[in-house]
Amino acid sequence: MKQYRDDFPALAQEIHGNPLVYLDNAASAQQPQAVIDAVAAYHSHNHANVHRGVHTLSNRATEAYEGARDKVAGFVNAASRNEIVWTSGTTESINLVAQSFLRPRIGKGEKVLITHLEHHSNIVPWQMVCDQTGAELAVAPVNDVGEVDIDELFALMTDNVRLLAIAHVSNALGTVNPIQRIVDEAKRRDIPVLVDGAQGVPHMNIDVQALGCDFYAFSAHKMFGPTGMGVLYGREALLDAMPPWKGGGEMILEVRFDGTTYNELPYKFEAGTPNIGGAAGMGAAVDYLQSIGMDQIADYEAELHAYMVERLSNVEGMRLIGAAEKRASVQSFLLGDVHPHDLGTILDHQGIAVRTGHHCAMPLMELYGIPGTARASLALYNNTDDVDRLVAGLEKAREIFG
Amino acid sequence: MSAAEDLRELYRELILDHARKPRHFGKLANATHEAEGINPLCGDKLHLYLRIDDDSSIADATFEGSGCAISVASASLLTDIVTGLETEVLDDLVDTITARLSGKHKDKEIDERLSKLRALEGVSEFPARVKCATLAWHALRSAIHNDKDAATTE
Repeated sequence: MKQYRDDFPALAQEIHGNPLVYLDNAASAQQPQAVIDAVAAYHSHNHANVHRGVHTLSNRATEAYEGARDKVAGFVNAASRNEIVWTSGTTESINLVAQSFLRPRIGKGEKVLITHLEHHSNIVPWQMVCDQTGAELAVAPVNDVGEVDIDELFALMTDNVRLLAIAHVSNALGTVNPIQRIVDEAKRRDIPVLVDGAQGVPHMNIDVQALGCDFYAFSAHKMFGPTGMGVLYGREALLDAMPPWKGGGEMILEVRFDGTTYNELPYKFEAGTPNIGGAAGMGAAVDYLQSIGMDQIADYEAELHAYMVERLSNVEGMRLIGAAEKRASVQSFLLGDVHPHDLGTILDHQGIAVRTGHHCAMPLMELYGIPGTARASLALYNNTDDVDRLVAGLEKAREIFG
Repeated sequence: MSAAEDLRELYRELILDHARKPRHFGKLANATHEAEGINPLCGDKLHLYLRIDDDSSIADATFEGSGCAISVASASLLTDIVTGLETEVLDDLVDTITARLSGKHKDKEIDERLSKLRALEGVSEFPARVKCATLAWHALRSAIHNDKDAATTE
């Protein structure tokens, strides 16, 4: 996969005198030149507001914006482009479902079900709905290696559960949940399912129809697109029945003081002038990923992840956090009694970027009784040299903290 | 300065020593003032205890909690340094120290008693880590003013 590395201009730089090794892809991935060019082309030549001009620039902007929607619909195999709602990111996608779907459908004595390994953005929006409605949050436990306890999760799928919200892939531990099995079981019990796919989409082929989930949320910037851009996939029948979440321009057909008619899908959920440049970048990111092939990316990353785990395991004092049988892209770890932040600083000074801290998963860190971890997360442009540099960097940290 | 020298400057022997063996670590039974310091981005969490005598001087200072080497060493050095000081000088002291750790006023002379803190000043080359070094000092300010809310670096 060496050739792909050259597509990413940010990777060709030195940090503190060392070639950059970027291993913080689970936080945000770098952008290929094709994405940067698409965003620049929109801003340089095609910028105007969408859907409302008869002039040429407005038509071009609309084409970029709606063209990207078609690409995303194809990328995740949605049944219709109407099922692809643009948002500012996974967080906003989840909040949209929390407020527009769940809030009117849940009350006292009813539950929203999540798991112990969720990112804060798949915890807090549900807590807010619980505060607003008197509903309760039910949390399925995870085991020592970081896998959701499936028996417990199924046992928690009771008649009064109004939604299951679960990560496809854990951002903190890399655990890949057996999402098909989980969705199937929830469907059998008529429980709607939202999948937080922020860490799934960049690393594997996603087919929302085959999966059968009701909602799937993801972000552009974790799949080599721009920040401030994301997607909520929702089944059309559900989106249709949901009230708008934000009011304003773009989401209306007709406004009168005695009542307003809302626009059709997906515009009903897209109030205000949208992130058109972000959509242009998202479209280019989808093209880029498809030109390589998601299955090829998944195979390559699986091999590299296995190499990383093996190399890390041989570092003296290494404690790997998260050892689920199925993992993708991510490895969290601690080294001896060196605090993750000290590790992060020492690695950065050797040009190696990792994330340190609680990874927006504080309940999970508390479960393991640790303040946080250092986390190396891979993307398609990483290689075994990057892993070797990481290991050498960790040896240096051991030397300093002796 | 090279990157490697910067790193040695940050993790000086004195800092590593205080991080490994923090002084005055633990709860202070007869504390008159206390405060929590939280760095929400990193999860560093320190609790600072002071016993202030009738003559308004600090008779004893301890801390407990967890954090990175820089935040723990800074708290440990703090407990060393403030013991015996009058509370009225502490606001100025916190201002001076937080400014120096952020890389400001480094050319100014500092009080001999504070000279140990020079070991922490390497942090000014690491913008992401300044908050670790100043955390305990923000907590000190909260403690002497009896602020109820935890001091944070945000």
